[in-house]
Amino acid sequence: MDNVFVYCETEGALVAEVSQELLTKGRKLADELGVELHAIAAGSGLKGKVEQQILPYGVDKLFVFDDPVLFPYTSAPHTDILVGLFREEKPQICLMGATVIGRDLGPRVSSSLTSGLTADCTQLEIGSYTEARTGKEYKNLLYQIRPAFGGNIVATIVNPDHRPQMATVRSGVMQKAVYAGSARGEVVYPETGKYVSPEACAVKVLDHHVEAARHNLKGASIVVAGGFGCGSKEGFDSLFELAGLLHGEVGASRAAVDAGWCEPDRQIGQTGVTVHPKVYIACGISGQIQHIAGMQDSKIIISINSDPDAPINQIADYVITGTVEEVVPKLIKYYKKNSK
Amino acid sequence: MNLKIVVLAKQVPDTRNVGKDAMTPEGTVNRAALPAIFNPDDLNALEQALRLKEANPGSTVGVLTMGPPRAAEIVQQGLFRGADTGWLLTDRLFAGSDTLATSYALATAIQKIGGVDLVIGGRQAIDGDTAQVGPQVAQKLGYNQVTYAEEILGISDGKATVRRHIDGGVELVEAPLPLLVTVNGSAAPCRPQHAKLVMKYKKSPVPAQWSVADIGGDSAQCGLSGSPTKVKSIENIAFQAKESKTLTASDADVESLVKELLADKIIG
Ligand SMILES: Cc1cc2nc3c(=O)[nH]c(=O)nc-3n(C[C@H](O)[C@H](O)[C@H](O)COP(=O)(O)OP(=O)(O)OC[C@H]3O[C@@H](n4cnc5c(N)ncnc54)[C@H](O)[C@@H]3O)c2cc1C
Ligand SMILES: Nc1ncnc2c1ncn2[C@@H]1O[C@H](COP(=O)(O)O)[C@@H](O)[C@H]1O
Repeated sequence: MDNVFVYCETEGALVAEVSQELLTKGRKLADELGVELHAIAAGSGLKGKVEQQILPYGVDKLFVFDDPVLFPYTSAPHTDILVGLFREEKPQICLMGATVIGRDLGPRVSSSLTSGLTADCTQLEIGSYTEARTGKEYKNLLYQIRPAFGGNIVATIVNPDHRPQMATVRSGVMQKAVYAGSARGEVVYPETGKYVSPEACAVKVLDHHVEAARHNLKGASIVVAGGFGCGSKEGFDSLFELAGLLHGEVGASRAAVDAGWCEPDRQIGQTGVTVHPKVYIACGISGQIQHIAGMQDSKIIISINSDPDAPINQIADYVITGTVEEVVPKLIKYYKKNSK
Repeated sequence: MNLKIVVLAKQVPDTRNVGKDAMTPEGTVNRAALPAIFNPDDLNALEQALRLKEANPGSTVGVLTMGPPRAAEIVQQGLFRGADTGWLLTDRLFAGSDTLATSYALATAIQKIGGVDLVIGGRQAIDGDTAQVGPQVAQKLGYNQVTYAEEILGISDGKATVRRHIDGGVELVEAPLPLLVTVNGSAAPCRPQHAKLVMKYKKSPVPAQWSVADIGGDSAQCGLSGSPTKVKSIENIAFQAKESKTLTASDADVESLVKELLADKIIG
């Protein structure tokens, strides 16, 4: 009862990074609440493969459901597992990735259990809440903090009366870390058929095709990001040379993606990936709230912008007032000259 | 096969073009300053519905929306683009609904409409960006669901074939009716309004306008009282301004920055 649960997403037998990030967060929440961290993995061929990808993050108990009907993912069988297990276990919190799977599964589970679900949280904290209407006080609720209204405001959402309190979080927003404390690490393999009825398997996946990620933007320690101020595809492409030299990755603002200068999976921000690099070089990016939401935790921010008053300059450590065309080649030139 | 299709469409404030006056000094949203539009993904959903109607003669498409009286515009815009009918759920008891209470109202209305084979919604609404209402409606109706659809390729033998985007890839799925599908904004754009249809429906009222009582709903499951999530607080976003070093684009400035970063082992 009352434990913190994390649904661990898998592709084949590989546990998604976002799930590991959530395990780290879930462990912190469980420690704060004085309860256990439990994890669920559901897929096919998982036994013996997923345990070591999950337990090191401080899991007290792991439920592995291993059955051919569970991969590729379809909504109903995974819903049945979570709903059935939660009816038995009565968790107080359930976290999952704000991925295609998490956003398909989370609402279906929340609707079955009539519990509240908050999508795309950027922070999760424990705190108290007083209901304005009744004056009733609640302790140890999950604060589900998320951007709203296109990212122009942040709202703190609570679910006072319904359990579990459910939240999804995008990949990269939390950071994973192997747990230094000791957790029980129990693993159980419940029988899938006890939870999933044959009728739940009506939807068939005829073809499932996933490509390996083309880049590691999320984990890069140096990010060179281009915006609309790059002016053209050629201007944007010049960033690849700089990023390559610095052993970094290229990211983009939505305006650059919309202009067709790079693939959508390089978009940084509220509706893209969140990055935490050592150095973030923003090239021709104005710095709208929705972009900053995905890079504000960068250690050092360098802004290259022709407009000295670009909003991003306010959060930059170094502001170079100039054009991308002029400054990027110079950075390349002087890096080559001085780095040896 | 004659399909009875319901499209879920929401009227939303246009959060994509938020001007300075869109936020009040208290940090709340000044809805009046934002134009109300047809939620973008819901137009893609409507297009998928209209294509199925063409491919399956005898099928009908209806637009279902919940909102204030003004949201009647959404039903009307659906009719202008080729929908056959529509329903507006409007009642003060619906006010303050979170996604769960919204899905309760929509699912209850769909049960009242009756015999619905296919419900098509947008992936998400741009005011909340939650993408929750679709799957929650499906669960309440006990329908199969396929989310993140790019295209409904066709329907035969009571099964839909759908191409969908998943993280890092694509999937082709086959799902028996009754079914709920949510459609991405990257799917085929919606056809424009048709001048003849605009003439036909411009002056006519919304085909049906329903209250909680009209759909036989339980008011405890609607609006604020049916919403497990509560907004504790809302804040304006303020970023911590930093002390920054300002440089020009001159060779000397750029070279000294590179040297400084190398010396501090920040790059290298
Ligand atoms: C719901 C919602 C979600 C969003 N999600 C995201 C998101 O995840 N990520 C994201 O990035 N955006 C997102 N946006 C869009 C965001 O609001 C901005 O529109 C976008 O970030 C702007 O990109 P930009 O800075 O490249 O372009 P612009 O705002 O057009 O800025 C271009 C900048 O380049 C400068 N410039 C011009 N020419 C040059 C030159 N030659 N050299 C140097 N500088 C030059 C200009 O001074 C300006 O500062 C979202 C918006 C909404 C409503
Ligand atoms: N009030 C509403 N009326 C009709 N459809 C809605 C309403 N709210 C949400 N929807 C549908 O559910 C989808 C997802 O909405 P959301 O969960 O708010 O992101 C939308 O794209 C619509 O298709």
